[in-house]
Amino acid sequence: MLDDFFVRAVLAGLGLALVAGPLGSFVVWRRMAYFGDSTAHAAILGVAMALAFEVSIYAGTLAVAVAMACLVSALVTRGQAMDTILGVLSHSALAVGLVAISFVPAARSDLSSYLFGDILAVGRTDLVLIWTGAALVLAVLILRWQRLVTSSLNEELAMAAGIDPRVERLVLSLALAVVVALAIRVVGSLLISAMLIVPAAAARTWARTPERMAAGAALIAAASVILGLWASLRLDTPAGPSIVTAAAIFFVASQALRRA
Amino acid sequence: MTPLIESRALTIHRPGTTDPVLAQVDFRIRPAEIVTVVGPNGSGKSSLIRALLGHMPLASGAVTRRQGLRIGYVPQRVQLDTAIPMTVRRFLSLPVRVSDDQAEDALIRTGVPGLGARQLTQLSGGQFQRVLLARALLADPHLLVLDEPTQGLDQPGIVAFYQLIEEVRRQTGAAVLMVSHDLLVVMRSSDRVVCLNGHVCCEGTPQHVSTAPEYRALFGAGAEGTLALYQHRHDHDHDHDLTPHVHGPGCGHDHADRAQG
Repeated sequence: MLDDFFVRAVLAGLGLALVAGPLGSFVVWRRMAYFGDSTAHAAILGVAMALAFEVSIYAGTLAVAVAMACLVSALVTRGQAMDTILGVLSHSALAVGLVAISFVPAARSDLSSYLFGDILAVGRTDLVLIWTGAALVLAVLILRWQRLVTSSLNEELAMAAGIDPRVERLVLSLALAVVVALAIRVVGSLLISAMLIVPAAAARTWARTPERMAAGAALIAAASVILGLWASLRLDTPAGPSIVTAAAIFFVASQALRRA
Repeated sequence: MTPLIESRALTIHRPGTTDPVLAQVDFRIRPAEIVTVVGPNGSGKSSLIRALLGHMPLASGAVTRRQGLRIGYVPQRVQLDTAIPMTVRRFLSLPVRVSDDQAEDALIRTGVPGLGARQLTQLSGGQFQRVLLARALLADPHLLVLDEPTQGLDQPGIVAFYQLIEEVRRQTGAAVLMVSHDLLVVMRSSDRVVCLNGHVCCEGTPQHVSTAPEYRALFGAGAEGTLALYQHRHDHDHDHDLTPHVHGPGCGHDHADRAQG
């Protein structure tokens, strides 16, 4: 069954969806959308470096994403004008990554597969890495769930309960970096943030508790993967953007149904 | 009795400077005591609370908390993000999960029973403060710390909230440390008042503080006789028939004169 490229693509997408839902909920709750963008865009630089030094793409993107996440965390903690700094970092990371990748002849030809993902080319090794990484991040989120939710709701309340909000922020930043590295093959650098935010935003409409929102986001992300891949096969559209388009349709539907 | 929290010569600087926000503050609160910190804006009230709780680094001095001290904390102006969906019931289980019975008991105790299914963002200011208090009580605290707990409440709401605090103290024996600017009400429900303006200007019983020259200097002529004013203030007028009504704390009149007239 795993011999089929389409089955592998669906499995890779579902692995990502499972972790993108809960993590994306935190991105929405903590207004980290730009943060996600910066980390994801930096992944292109990671790809360039991985190809130049002939190491795994996952290792390269993970290293750069972790560095970016730490940099952004440090700047945000220092209380700079956040949206400006993040805007600067996000777009600079993308531009520098594109410049860097132009020096790597091997990558020039399939640049778009790093920008928009190449889920149909996912192999067995990719599958193992994606599912291991997703399970790892999910386990961390579940183990620290109460702490993470409390400090996302209000940092003062968290501190009063003996929770250090800086630790929880770092945990989420690192989790984000891992998910960025996992997602680069699936939806690509430019659409990773969308996979995090759009399903969570759609789930927000109906959810009454954080847990339901996280679970709903995972379900919507999974449905988007299946619908997007199916459409991509039928209509011969690019897979990554089709998945995100499906998620966007779910978001619009959730908004419309709420009004009705 | 050992104080629950004690500070010696506590000094805090504004972040990244050597400007003192608070200088040489000696403070203590004992079990079952209600202590209120008053002071103008920027006098370091909230900083003092946060330093006592250990949320803020000290420039110098020391803070000692009794070992195993359980604190129920209601922070100032809890900014709730509408992005995070949260029922009252779920909120009460953060960060320590409690049973449905415990949650409902706490809501009953703070006078907001049956709110469990409501979203936090749908609560009125008064309801939200009571839910915050209910959550603080679930920790079975030795000490309740309330930073400007009545902000955004109207006058009857404020009076009712302080009555609730006194009741909670009576029921649980918890000490209460409050920051407030509702001078009128504070003066009555506190055992001790600490008047703060970068340092401790004066402290003592409400009667003592309200007549202290430092206090008058800080709060101006309006504060003079605050206590007397409060004690004689009625929360209703007398030009109506004797229908049942609620008296504010300290409103100790009876209606005998009215019956004769």
